[in-house]
Amino acid sequence: MPITYYITLAIVLFCIGVVGVLTRRNAIIIFMCIELMLNAVNLLLVAFSKMHNGKALATNPTSLAGIDGQLFVFFIMVVAAAEVCVGLSIIVMMYRNTHSVDVNFLNRLKN
Amino acid sequence: MSTTAILFWFLSALALLSATMVLISKNPVHSILWLIIVFFAISGHYILLNAQFIAIVNLIVYAGAIMVLFLFVVMLMNLNSDSEPQKNNRLRLAGTIAGGCLMLIMIDVVRSASEVQNATAMVREGNIGLIKTLGKVLFVDYVVPFEITSVLFLSAMIGAVVIGKKD
Repeated sequence: MPITYYITLAIVLFCIGVVGVLTRRNAIIIFMCIELMLNAVNLLLVAFSKMHNGKALATNPTSLAGIDGQLFVFFIMVVAAAEVCVGLSIIVMMYRNTHSVDVNFLNRLKN
Repeated sequence: MSTTAILFWFLSALALLSATMVLISKNPVHSILWLIIVFFAISGHYILLNAQFIAIVNLIVYAGAIMVLFLFVVMLMNLNSDSEPQKNNRLRLAGTIAGGCLMLIMIDVVRSASEVQNATAMVREGNIGLIKTLGKVLFVDYVVPFEITSVLFLSAMIGAVVIGKKD
């Protein structure tokens, strides 16, 4: 498949996540949209790794070019798991204090 | 149209449709279920790109662990009723327009770059996505980041316990 198809797909997914973060007020849905953006980037990294691998395969049939992209995806998943673990506990604590997950209640630092 | 192309378009349409449904569904539980469908579609893309290890890790970590955690939290808070109190339509419109402009600009800029004009992602060829090759590189070249990852997980675990415990 042409790489531009993957680029377009990943950008559209990413922008759906951006729109979600900007328009929704529910903290959990904002968090899920961040996960969506991370996944769009992961998809693009894998597609680019296969693009570089395909170019290198023409000269060397056992080439490992582009494998770094897939390892980055692995590390991004690790970081996302750690982030979800901490972020959800912050949301639970916020719910315990305000009995709501509306991020508009969190403007106390404004004044 | 080859089988690969049909699968690509089907998975792309599924991912985009489900991602839109994540945004517009009122009930947070429905949003989570749609997001799980997005993750399955993206895993299908990984399998199509012959990145089998990433595909299965995506399913296990995202669709398995993270989404179950989200479901637990939503059900713990009893949020399954409609809990979006604020209805600011102007803000919503502004956010949508801003996101749409970002999408148009990014697509136009990235697609006009000369490096990607005639490049293709090799779908079937190559074996860099297999667990054997990935494991060799991970435990030889990337062993220090791998170990730092374990420290990160430990600190995240301690942080979650400290934040989440009743004080």
